[in-house]
Parts: sequence; structure tokens; C-alpha cells
Amino acid sequence: MSTSGMTASALHSDSALYTALALVIDMDPALVDIVGLSLRVSLSAVLTAALIGLPLGAALALWRLPGRGMVIVALNALMGLPPVVAGLGVYLLLSRAGPLGELGLLFTPSAMIIAQVVLVLPIIAALARQLVEELWGEYREQLTSFGLSRACAIPTLLWDARFGLITVVLAGFGRASAEVGAVLIVGGNIDGVTRVMTTAIALETSKGNLPLALGLGIVLLSLVALVNGAAYVIGEAARRRLG
Amino acid sequence: MRYRILSLAALGLIGSTLSAAALAQDDAPFITLASTTSTEQSGLFDSILPKFKEESGIDVRVVAVGTGQAFEIARRGDADSLLVHDTAGEKRFVAEGYGSERQNVMYNDFVILGPDSDPAGVRGAENVEEALTRIADAEAPFASRGDDSGTNRAELRLWEAADIQPSGEWYRELGSGMGPTLNTAAGMDAYVMSDRATWVAFQNPQNLAIVFEGDEALFNQYGSILISEERFPDLKHDLAKQWHEWLLSQDGQEAIADYRVDGQQLFFPNADGS
Repeated sequence: MSTSGMTASALHSDSALYTALALVIDMDPALVDIVGLSLRVSLSAVLTAALIGLPLGAALALWRLPGRGMVIVALNALMGLPPVVAGLGVYLLLSRAGPLGELGLLFTPSAMIIAQVVLVLPIIAALARQLVEELWGEYREQLTSFGLSRACAIPTLLWDARFGLITVVLAGFGRASAEVGAVLIVGGNIDGVTRVMTTAIALETSKGNLPLALGLGIVLLSLVALVNGAAYVIGEAARRRLG
Repeated sequence: MRYRILSLAALGLIGSTLSAAALAQDDAPFITLASTTSTEQSGLFDSILPKFKEESGIDVRVVAVGTGQAFEIARRGDADSLLVHDTAGEKRFVAEGYGSERQNVMYNDFVILGPDSDPAGVRGAENVEEALTRIADAEAPFASRGDDSGTNRAELRLWEAADIQPSGEWYRELGSGMGPTLNTAAGMDAYVMSDRATWVAFQNPQNLAIVFEGDEALFNQYGSILISEERFPDLKHDLAKQWHEWLLSQDGQEAIADYRVDGQQLFFPNADGS
């Protein structure tokens, strides 16, 4: 269950690439656990953020409410929210001494998902707002001539912007899977419970085990590339089928 | 339209499955232990926790941070037990009512590391005060943890005992854990103080070598603390007590003594009762 269990196979060579290959070929059980948790946490966070952020972005694009400008600027600014700040905020919220302390979520994968939602939501909402607003400019007359209300137009607009929105969601996934500051604080990097790829890399770097750290980094990068590749293939297939 | 609803439904299904999987918790009883980076990064926990689990069935989930942050986590009620190394701070923690009991568990020692060429001529110093004075006089780069950890607190006490106020460009506060500080010190050929356990287990020493060791003032005591039941009634005090007592028991003390890296013992048990 421990990353240090991986060192045995990693010590044969100083090469990070060799280490990465050895880890993958051996299907190291500790690595499989860590990779699984990384994917579960980041994918759950991105899906949750998309379910909230896409309609939110579309609503911001369609309705000219007072204070809308401020919300848009705030969302855009939050795209640059430092992960460690997001982590600290969620930590204070979930800590026993904090307002949601009774849920006992601190140092669990759920806490990590919450922190990553906070990080990813602004990206998805802000970029979706941009895409939908442009589309709304094109479709507005047509859709209103059908007698569709704005609320009814949201699903249509999101659907027609779907290829652009896939890239938006992937940008969110990139942010979630790459960050270490937030999950380290709210997860605690507990071996076998909340240790994910990025916190394992930070820990191995701390131990001075640089080949293993870099090897894990290569594995993480390959995983992100795989997810992006899958999204690309699915997107292309859908595009061809639907013309 | 039907296609769209179907894909939305599929998305929702995937989402809820993933969340449910992520939320699923191991059913084994567990405690959360706030402890130091030295105990985690030296590999001690990987060696002794499985033995405790075998005897008690209890998982110990370790959050490894600096001693200052470990106290802060416990003060907020986020840890069931503490294993740290700052005896003065530990006694204060108990005196303030956050902890109910503190016991000696084990010790190791600090060592002064520096570039093998030893530009400040620290080797051969009579005691640690002289060693630090030589570094300060030579204004040789010194990497300090600067993170309010147990090691950082011990280092600051040693400067004070040597009557030196470390400041200036040669004294670099890094604000990071033991491992990252060793990485940085190795990279900039600086002197640095480390606990022996982290140093022996460290795998990127480059030119660093021990230039001073063995002074009694470099003694590094670790203590286990039980959190106050009165103050934090919701914590897992029964399980934490089993862990605390196991550490002090003959089995626990032997497990600590048995842990070795390259044949070298890293922690020396010294619970009073054993």
C-alpha cells in the first residue's frame, strides 16, 4: 500500500523513464491504488463542477442581471485561484472546529473532491459563459422566433457548443489532476487513503528519491494524455456521425 | 433530443458511480495520527504500523507535517493522537488542556551536515556551539527549515545557546520540510541540521556529509500525546489509547528498535515503563 514499496524495483536504475516503465509493466499494486484514487477524485470533481458550471455559465451568458459584470470578473479571477488557498479554505470549512466539522470529512477523498471542485468550477463556468454567449448572439433570433424561453434555450445552446465545451471540461480536468497544494492540505497525503499521484511525487521528492518521483510524473502525464486522447477520439467520432 | 437525454443520463450515472466509489470508506477502525515528516520520510511508520494493525486491527492514518502544524491540527480537533518531537511544546500542549497525557516514546539525534569540503572548518569542533560559531564566523551558507517544526525549534534553541542571532545572507530560511530542505542544501552547498533518521534514509545527498555529531545537546526526543477527552469528546479516544499504550509497550518498543536502514538503527525506544 505504500509508495516506499515501489522503491525496490526503482533502484535498479537511475533512469526515470526506466522507473516509469518498470512501474507500469509490473502493475505495482501501490501504483494502481494511487492512480485509481487520482482518477476517481479528479474525474468526480470535474463532473460535479461541469454539472454546476455549464448551466451556470450559460445562465450568465443569457440573462443581463445587475452585478453580472462583477460575477464574470470574479469568475475569471478565480480561474487563477492558487490551489493552496483553495485547500486552506476547504480545510477551515471541514475542520472539526469549522462550520462543517461534524461531517468528519477532513482527510478523506471527499474533502479532496470538494477542494478540486472549488478549483475547477470557475474555469468551467467562465469558459462556458464565453462560448455560450457567442453562440447566443448567432442563435438568438432563431430560437426566440420558435417561442423558446431563455431557460429552454440553455440545453440547446450547451448541446450545440458541445465540442468546444469538451475542451473546456478537459482544461478543468488538467487543473484538477495537476494540482498538489489543495489535496495535500485537505487530504493529508495519508498512505493508502488519500495519497494521489501529485502528493506521492511531492513525497518521493522530499525523500530525495528523484528517479521514482520523476517516474511517477511520467506516469501521471501519460494518464492525462490518455484521458485527453479518449475525449478527442469520442469527439471526432460524434462529429463525423452527426455531420 | 432523445440522444441528448440519454447522454446526460449516462453522464450522471458515471458521475454518481465515481463519487460513490470515491466516498466508499474502508470499514476497518482507524485513527488519524498527526505526526512529523521525519517519522514518515525515514520509513519508520511503514515498518511499525503493520505490526500494530496485526495486533489490534486498527489502521493508523498518518498525516505527516511539521511539529508546529501537527499541534495546530490537533488543537482544531482534527487528529486523534499526536507523535511529535518538541518536548517543551508538548508539555505546553498538555498544560493548556488540549492533551491529557504525554509520554516519552523514543529518541534519535540531530546531526550537522555540510559540504564534504567543509569550507567553514566545522569538523573537529569541541561541541555544537563551537560548530555553529564556526559556520556563523565564516558566514558559510546555512539552510534552516524555517517552518516552526520540531527540528526548526531545536535549531533555534541551539543558536540561542551559542549566543548567535543568525541573520544575513548566509542564513537561509527555506520554510519547507526536512527532505526538501536537504535537497536545497545539497543544491547550494549549504550547512544544514537534520534528524539522523531522515538523513540516513535520504537518497539524494550529493556532496553533503556529516560534519558534526555526538553532542548531548543534539538529543532529539519523540513523545506521544493523548488528546483531551473533555475538550474533544467526539474523537476516537479508545482507539487512540490503544495506539498510545502499544507504542509504550514492550511490543511497540521492540518494533521501533527493529527498524533499520542499511543495518543502522534509526530510533531508540526509551519509554519510561518498559
